[in-house]
Amino acid sequence: MNRLPVKKTYKLFIGGAFPRSESGRTYEAEGQNVALGSRKDARDAVRAARSAQPGWGSATAYNRGQVLYRVAEMVEARATEFADLCSGREEVERSIDRIVWYAGWADKLSQVLGGSNPVAGPYFNFTIPEPTGVVAVLAPDEPPLLGIVTRLMPPLVGGNAVVVVASETRPLAAIELAEAIATSDVPGGVVNILTGHRSEIAPHLAAHMDVNAIDLCGAGGYSTELEVSGAENVKRIVRGRADVQSPWEIASFLELKTIWHPIGQ
Amino acid sequence: MTELDRKQDRAPVPKDWTYAPAPESRDVVTLRERYGHFIGGEWIEPTETYETIAPRDEETLATVGQATAEDVDRAVAAARGAFSNGWSDLPGSERAKYLFRIARILQERAREFAVLESLNGGKPIKESRDVDLPLAAAHFFYYAGWADKLEYAFPNRQPRPVGVAGQIIPWNFPLLMLSWKIAPALACGNTVVLKPAETTPLTALLFCDVVRQAELPPGVVNIVTGDGRTGAAIVEHPDVDKIAFTGSTEVGKAIQRRLAGTGKKLTLELGGKAANIVFDDSALDQAVEGIVNGIYFNQGHVCCAGSRLFAQESIYEPLVEKLKRRLETLRVGDPLDKNTDVGAINSKMQLDKIVELVEAGKAEGAEIYQPPCNLPEKGYWFAPTVFTNVAQSYRIAQEEIFGPVLSVLTFRTPEEAVEKANNTPYGLSAGVWTEKGSRILWMAQRMRAGVVWANTFNRFDPTSPFGGYKESGFGREGGRHGLEPYLSFDE
Repeated sequence: MNRLPVKKTYKLFIGGAFPRSESGRTYEAEGQNVALGSRKDARDAVRAARSAQPGWGSATAYNRGQVLYRVAEMVEARATEFADLCSGREEVERSIDRIVWYAGWADKLSQVLGGSNPVAGPYFNFTIPEPTGVVAVLAPDEPPLLGIVTRLMPPLVGGNAVVVVASETRPLAAIELAEAIATSDVPGGVVNILTGHRSEIAPHLAAHMDVNAIDLCGAGGYSTELEVSGAENVKRIVRGRADVQSPWEIASFLELKTIWHPIGQ
Repeated sequence: MTELDRKQDRAPVPKDWTYAPAPESRDVVTLRERYGHFIGGEWIEPTETYETIAPRDEETLATVGQATAEDVDRAVAAARGAFSNGWSDLPGSERAKYLFRIARILQERAREFAVLESLNGGKPIKESRDVDLPLAAAHFFYYAGWADKLEYAFPNRQPRPVGVAGQIIPWNFPLLMLSWKIAPALACGNTVVLKPAETTPLTALLFCDVVRQAELPPGVVNIVTGDGRTGAAIVEHPDVDKIAFTGSTEVGKAIQRRLAGTGKKLTLELGGKAANIVFDDSALDQAVEGIVNGIYFNQGHVCCAGSRLFAQESIYEPLVEKLKRRLETLRVGDPLDKNTDVGAINSKMQLDKIVELVEAGKAEGAEIYQPPCNLPEKGYWFAPTVFTNVAQSYRIAQEEIFGPVLSVLTFRTPEEAVEKANNTPYGLSAGVWTEKGSRILWMAQRMRAGVVWANTFNRFDPTSPFGGYKESGFGREGGRHGLEPYLSFDE
């Protein structure tokens, strides 16, 4: 007797939970019904991200590095499933390696990007990188898994909380990634993944006053209007590429804080 | 209270502080009657002009150009020509030598520049002489040294100049802001079109003579003067590769919108409403000096000014008392007098804005204190002002006043101080006063601000990155980080 398989419901990932869209809508992508995220879902995701960010941003760098390494472990464990949702095994392996690579940056960033400044006076002066806060990421369509990993990891390892709008046409790898993240000790709300029409969700994130930065990698033809709305709260605009690996990618989502203190007896 | 404290508290403030005038001589500055735009190493006769004045007595100092879009186009073309015809290919070590020359000439002509800065801008000569000029020269000296070391600044990246940089600067530190803009831009191999603020063009125009003396190739530095229309023409020019703007948040947002979709590099250094937080264990007299320096330095025309004082409740009264006594000793008056602590307000427009916000503070219910001082009749003046009984929601606690006006608020716990300090769309700077080391670091970590001064305030240095969080802008000026806005990378 052939057993009928249990099929998955593809949902959003907000605040560590997997809700359906509050709008009750779905759309079909890659042969599956996928949640069609709404403006309200985007707002909920930003709120979840904002609540989760201080804890994630103030976790020790060692801890953040280990948690992100755990994400790589979880993706590796699901490697076969992921391979079916992207271009194949090689893309999965590159994605895992990229997660590990970025995880290792957590406790090295401030040494490479910060430093002490030899001011001409009796002051101790140093500069440290800090997360900018809540980051919206428009993931690219291609490559489906490596693309979202490439854009998600830099803001994440820097201590930001992230709201990702998954590829509209290839969302399944993103949802699978959400499931890997949910089992990886990443605190709920630090990563939120929305599926749906980019043109519907992205403008709300770009205009949202509690989003500090937006990565327009997957914005396509909408990027100009998104940049215009982003100016309302002086958002950091990042025009990310879908396949790149560099500590300077992390730096795009960091602020630099410089602290002075007098030296004296 | 120690015996010493009691004595100090009882010591009466002298009835009046009389100082013999100690005017700095104006003779060191020779102004022309009329200035054009400095484009391609030559003075270009302007088609439109306006008069620039001394805010201390409204004396007309010179006629300067109001650059049109055509003038800006010429300046950009000159900058592009200089960029393509040698400057960007010049070995960094040679570019460095030009910048070292500029630094040296500024040091040599420091007095002339300081006097002109105080004359045209209204700031006390003490400040332009001891702060603006030394820092401006230091900036050129610092970035000169980077010009041939750029490949060491960014590991594993190949830096290239961006091209033509359009730079728009404010009136509060005219020559210093020019240095913050031009020094890193040139060190990285770019050429520039810079517009000084409408009310303070003269030190930028005098700087053109430094450019001449340094024998900088024509077109590497171009200066056009004018108001916001000139700035808009620079922002909108298609052949400008990078915009650097220091000024109001409102204009900064407009520039960010205007550049949307162009892919041009942008750095913004915008407004602020800094919290200066004083804990009950701080050295109060030092804190008072820091508070005064934080808000009355340069008449409060400072984007990172400590305009919101947060006093821990247990020391609120003695702190305000000490602060008021200290205010009585501030000398407000002629910017060119070496005794002067607080000079003239930069312009009529700015004075009107300060007056409007101060009136709003009074109307909303805050209590105003101004020390007795005789303000000159001519010119633009505003007495150092402290508001107490201020609620977080008052306009004077929310909006950037950009004048010598301090709002005093209170807090009980460190958590409350953090919450209140960060409760603003701005995030440029913050101050913390406490003798407890661990608390300094705890507070510094939690301030959402680009610069945190602990047990000090309003310190600047070319090696120290400066710039904001949130709506105070993005990008850093100063230090290694200050190079990045002027470089692109082959990757």
